[in-house]
Amino acid sequence: MQQANTAPASPAPKDFLLSVEGLTVSFDGFKAVNGLSFYVDENEIRVIIGPNGAGKTTVLDLICGRTRATEGSIRFRDQELTRMKEHQIVHAGVGRKFQNPSIYEDLTVFENLELSFPRGRGVFGALAFRRDAQVIERVEEIAETIFLKDQLDTQAAILSHGQKQWLEIGMLLIQSPELLMLDEPVAGMSVSERVKTAELLHQIIKGHSVIVIEHDMKFVQDIAHRVTVMHQGKVLSEGSMDHVQHDPKVIEVYLGH
Amino acid sequence: MNITLYSRREWIALAILSALILIVFPATMDIFRLNLVGKYLTYAFVAVGLVLCWGHGGILSLGQGIFFGLGGYCMAMFLKLEASSPENTAIQSTPGIPDFMDWNQVTELPFWWVPFKSFPFTLVAVVVVPVIFAWIIGAAMFKRRVGGVYFAIITQAFAAILTILIVGQQGYTGGVNGITDLRTLLGWDIRTDGAKVILYFVNAALLIAVLLVGQMVRVSKFGRLLIAMRDKEDRVRFSGYDVANFKMFIFCLAAAFSAIGGAMFTLQVGFMSPSFVGIVPSIEMVIFAAVGGRLSLFGAVYGALIVNWAKTSFSETFPELWLFAMGGLFIAVVMTFPNGLAGLFRSHVEPLVARLLRKPVVAARETTTAAEPAKLAAE
Amino acid sequence: MIGDYTLVEFSSILAMQGFAGLILFSVFVLMALGLAVIFGQMGVINMAHGEFMILGAYVTWLCSQFVTAYVPALFPIYFFIAMALAFVASGALGILVEWALIRHLYKRPLDTLLATWGLSLILQQLYRSVFGAREVGVSLPDWMMGSFPLTDIIEVPINGLFVMALTILISLAVFLLMFRSRWGKQVRAVVQNRPMAGAVGINTKKVDRLTFGLGCGVAGVAGSAFTMIGSTGPTAGQLYIVDTFLVVVFGGAASLIGTIASAFTISQAQSTMEFFMSGSMAKVLTLLTVVGILMLRPEGLFTLKMRR
Repeated sequence: MQQANTAPASPAPKDFLLSVEGLTVSFDGFKAVNGLSFYVDENEIRVIIGPNGAGKTTVLDLICGRTRATEGSIRFRDQELTRMKEHQIVHAGVGRKFQNPSIYEDLTVFENLELSFPRGRGVFGALAFRRDAQVIERVEEIAETIFLKDQLDTQAAILSHGQKQWLEIGMLLIQSPELLMLDEPVAGMSVSERVKTAELLHQIIKGHSVIVIEHDMKFVQDIAHRVTVMHQGKVLSEGSMDHVQHDPKVIEVYLGH
Repeated sequence: MNITLYSRREWIALAILSALILIVFPATMDIFRLNLVGKYLTYAFVAVGLVLCWGHGGILSLGQGIFFGLGGYCMAMFLKLEASSPENTAIQSTPGIPDFMDWNQVTELPFWWVPFKSFPFTLVAVVVVPVIFAWIIGAAMFKRRVGGVYFAIITQAFAAILTILIVGQQGYTGGVNGITDLRTLLGWDIRTDGAKVILYFVNAALLIAVLLVGQMVRVSKFGRLLIAMRDKEDRVRFSGYDVANFKMFIFCLAAAFSAIGGAMFTLQVGFMSPSFVGIVPSIEMVIFAAVGGRLSLFGAVYGALIVNWAKTSFSETFPELWLFAMGGLFIAVVMTFPNGLAGLFRSHVEPLVARLLRKPVVAARETTTAAEPAKLAAE
Repeated sequence: MIGDYTLVEFSSILAMQGFAGLILFSVFVLMALGLAVIFGQMGVINMAHGEFMILGAYVTWLCSQFVTAYVPALFPIYFFIAMALAFVASGALGILVEWALIRHLYKRPLDTLLATWGLSLILQQLYRSVFGAREVGVSLPDWMMGSFPLTDIIEVPINGLFVMALTILISLAVFLLMFRSRWGKQVRAVVQNRPMAGAVGINTKKVDRLTFGLGCGVAGVAGSAFTMIGSTGPTAGQLYIVDTFLVVVFGGAASLIGTIASAFTISQAQSTMEFFMSGSMAKVLTLLTVVGILMLRPEGLFTLKMRR
């Protein structure tokens, strides 16, 4: 916790969009995340980097409620996320993209996006849901953004890996979340897809707060406002890309002992 | 630009099915066969529920016999009480209670039998009792995210428990023989040929109503969510839906369908017994849906008809072969035609018909149910 | 005084019921061990497991008929031969079934469940066609008959003790095989990460086939033991399948120790309650309790918390 020295000394929680404090989760004694604290400002792009097994994905799992924290708190605006269910966290305005594209393969692109449209989320709401002009317009708008305008009727299963990643990003966007969490959005993409994705991300991160996990350093340098380096479940270093790149602790972890 | 209930092709399918059960069967069959078909159609209620629950939602219940049985027993209790009027049962040591209670030295009608003297209460109970049961099982399991094979096993255990309980408590339930010797419904003799024909039509009409309700669920966003949950439950959760509620609803709906079928079974066949509740009948009901096509509501009806028809004719002529055939059916439907008759129809018959009619074929999509509406909307 | 009984009588009753429960425990454990290996290690639901057990029972019966007719001298020890044959027969059938059926369905657990149910119907009818619908029983050698008086009131049947000893031995053997042998290590490696296990040179298909065969073989041995406490008929196996599944799930699917502990709990609960109420109510209450606990704790009694 003391490593998080670039964060203000005694932050008033209200100032931040997201305040993670003293977050710990242990799996049968193994602390995958250990006393982690960090703060994300409104409209900030935060990139989390770190070696494999540092607990990066677990942090996202904790924020979105997929994993329950053993200790600590996660405050989003004035809500305590650690006590909320996954769908409530989504309603609060947190969207999550998984590392492997997680889409509905048996449905079409249109249907994938439509299901993520934030209306009719209750049982009876879903039964009464109508595909009206507003829905269609929004779906088409998002499809345009994610380069899938021409594939609206395509079954999602036959999209390429990169297109599936875009579709999932689109499913997030249509939810209009305040905080976007992206887990390795360019992993496994071809070079041209990578370029397009970077362009897509640049476009969508405007007006959102974003937490990204990424390994591609060039990409990180390109988009990050601030970088958090994680190591063994803790924050090793935090600050601008330039700052963390020259932090001796980071160099040691990345270049070996 | 709203989703229509049925596509043109599906309207034709509905018309054919309706014509078959409302006109062709009654016109061509004697009363015995028609009553038999009516009995098969009561299983179709269960199969339709399973298509929604299992085929679309991926929730395999091996305990649908519970709901079929509860619905059937609720109806049977009412009919039994009507048949056990003090005049009819004057020779018993306690007149006015069902005969099996008297045989088992029960001297007073148990309190939970009393409300079943009322027909309106019975009609409500037929649906509500099984739904409450389903809701309790569903709430306990889905809220804790128990699914897949665990859910299947637990529902199967419940089917076993209920059967043992009914058989064991024969003073209150009629035991292994069930509730038999049912005669009249509000004074109307249900054993006459005329009554059987009327009940057949009531049953057929209810089945078509259930198919319509099922289709309404299927084409709604709920239907697409079911498929989404079957595919990627986590993603549905992270799109802001409370998955457990959706699963509970569809499980309760399937239970309600089964219960209506069970009540109609009791009325048409004239008795209800634990042999329609337990593990074996419950899993057989799954095969009706599987043979028909686990994603096709109409297929479920054909599946129930064909499998039961085959069962009856096999058991009449080669009783020893039936289990082989049934076992083979289970394996074949899983290994070689997982989308059942509906799938085979789409991949083999439809292109043929289309070629004969010289029309362009709409690409058959077996796995996607709502592909067409999406296409409409996207255009 | 407890009810109408003195304390001595009461505790003797508990002991007798407890012992009766131990035999049920043995059958549960032997059935469940096979099932736990198959379900816990491979995630396959084998609804035909009861029929594999009954195959073992029929093999034992055939063996006893054969030995009585042709080599009466071997009769005192025929049971051991029968057990070995039962293991081989059920195991071989298991391997065949894995090859023909199961391997095509590894990613579709619900479908495996339906397909193996179909298999169980076919096997039941096969037994009925071959051995007749009538139930058969084996005759035991003299040394297994009789009982062993523990106190004035409590008597312990020798075949019961034998079944117990057998159960312990087989559980131990399965445990050693799964957790101490090289082969067991391969099985667990495949369970945890199939592609990786394949990449380091484990023949995952062979491991699957042998694991399934082992599970079925143990069921066959369970069938041998079963002949001592019940009569063998075509549908006898089906009666145990739900109970056995509950035993496995209750114990936590991946834990062999859990399986044994839960078999013990369930069989003892059922057997003790049977004295106080009808057998069917005892069973209803036991099953309801187990299902109730599973609803509160779906992962079973013994499981590790996993990092997802």
